[in-house]
Amino acid sequence: MGARKTGIGSDMQWSEALAKKIRCHVLKMTHRAKSAHVGTSLSMADLLAVLYGGVLRVDPSSPDWPDRDRFILSKGHGCASLYAVLAERGFFPLAWLDDFYQDGSHLAGHVTHTGVPGVDASTGALGHGLSIGCGMALAGQRDSQSYRVFTLLSDGECDEGSIWEAVLFAPHHRLDNLVAIVDYNKIQSLGTVKEVLDLDPLAVKWESFGWAVREIDGHNFGEIEDALTNLPIRTGQPSCVIAHTVKGKGVSAMENKLLWHYRSPDEEELRQALAELELSE
Amino acid sequence: MRTVFFRTLLDSAERNERINLVVGDLGFGVVEPFAAKFPKRFLNVGVAEQNMTGIAAGMALSGKIVFTYSIANFPTLRCLEQVRNDVCYHNADVKIVAVGGGFAYGSLGMTHHATEDLAIMRVLPRMVVVAPGDPIEAEHATRAIIGHPGPCYLRLGRAGERVVHRPDVSFQIGKAIVTRNGSDITLISTGGILETTLRVADRLAADGIQTRVLSMHTIKPLDSEAVLAAARETRAIVTLEEHSVLGGLGGAVAEILAESGMSNVTFKRLGLPSAFASCVGSQEYLRAVYGLSEDGILKSLKPVLDLVGS
Repeated sequence: MGARKTGIGSDMQWSEALAKKIRCHVLKMTHRAKSAHVGTSLSMADLLAVLYGGVLRVDPSSPDWPDRDRFILSKGHGCASLYAVLAERGFFPLAWLDDFYQDGSHLAGHVTHTGVPGVDASTGALGHGLSIGCGMALAGQRDSQSYRVFTLLSDGECDEGSIWEAVLFAPHHRLDNLVAIVDYNKIQSLGTVKEVLDLDPLAVKWESFGWAVREIDGHNFGEIEDALTNLPIRTGQPSCVIAHTVKGKGVSAMENKLLWHYRSPDEEELRQALAELELSE
Repeated sequence: MRTVFFRTLLDSAERNERINLVVGDLGFGVVEPFAAKFPKRFLNVGVAEQNMTGIAAGMALSGKIVFTYSIANFPTLRCLEQVRNDVCYHNADVKIVAVGGGFAYGSLGMTHHATEDLAIMRVLPRMVVVAPGDPIEAEHATRAIIGHPGPCYLRLGRAGERVVHRPDVSFQIGKAIVTRNGSDITLISTGGILETTLRVADRLAADGIQTRVLSMHTIKPLDSEAVLAAARETRAIVTLEEHSVLGGLGGAVAEILAESGMSNVTFKRLGLPSAFASCVGSQEYLRAVYGLSEDGILKSLKPVLDLVGS
């Protein structure tokens, strides 16, 4: 898949195939590493597949290309998915995924730019990515650059006050080159979002701060592609795409289960999960 | 120092279009000339220091040199994780400027006392920490940090500090300025207490004590050569700072001396105890309360001088 060139517009079948590859990598990576966050990596896989399947203007052979679209994974704990898609797109060798989390390897358990081509910003502490994105978008706006800035947030991350500082900032400066995607999978670390700190009505909150908001099914490729290829949603406003997703999506045993925020699949669970993914067409 | 900083920034910005200024809704009466001259390079983010610092990092990662500016602890401690992760880890070209180092905003109360900032900024990887001693140093420091790629922290006093250096004084990041020569004891000062330190040195000189004064405007990287030379060539080293004695200049010099193997030099840290100022007062008043007035320093130096037989 690495051969696919930078492009605008996308091919839905190609994106769906990419999403399946991301999920398979994520399961193997978290199994081998005995690492956490498989559920959150799976809920965002379809969004990443569409973004890297053709929406983002990026060039794997030139990861620092100045005119590239920026992508910041603000929910840095979902990095297994990002690493998988970057490897699939050819930013670095697929073999790196085998060593995820391991001593002396390239890929840490939260997104790290150091030595990893294609990563625009390191995150892991929540509530940072949208502000960095605001800075990049403002620089682009003021310098009349054509690049766009995409940030992917978690729902739990929206508990952070710093997110709302940035949510307040972007519309004031009419940053319509900025896109915030919320992976609204409804489950955070210690419970459901509703139980921990209810965000609803989330779209109304973003809208009232001045963002143009669109709510989509984050696993419906048609909806994702339509939302992410028709940007900005409204000229002169930053765009917020609230993607309703399912934590652990694609592996029925993991779907909507709090346990899979931290648990990693054992040998048998991995086998079953991969078998399920292979069957799903 | 604040006036000099803004004058120098404006002057530099005229010749370097990468320079941007981002403020957290503070700087009334001083930021306006920059904002008027360079509206597309000025940004007031509002009262939101975490966002200010993340935005600065994002702008710097897009090719700009970004100054963030606020007072006291707001641009450092309020957004410490943004400083650590977004600025330092990305080696972003962000220059954090705080006005009101130490007790400069004394009467405003403990929230406005920047008395641990040097220690906290100093431990961050890649961060350069500069605390100029007078307006001349502040001007040189401003130009120097623009020329130094990567994160820097510039800790300014407020306004009205007396000029002690000649304008052409040699200033280099990480290089102490030998402001008085002497071979009996060494006083090492950082920040706005330099002028008081020099007055103390003059009083000691009048008593026949040859006092070396080092203006240690850069806390990190520290000029360890100057410290070690003082340890070799004089009998006592005393650090002076309007900051906690923990982790700032005194801590940094102590680290150098402890590892140097030189046990024959007497060492003393003068500064603030690890405590919050519980009394109300101006900078001058609070300095006196904590023994950092000219007389207070001389009193603290007495046992040191007795020990080394001066």
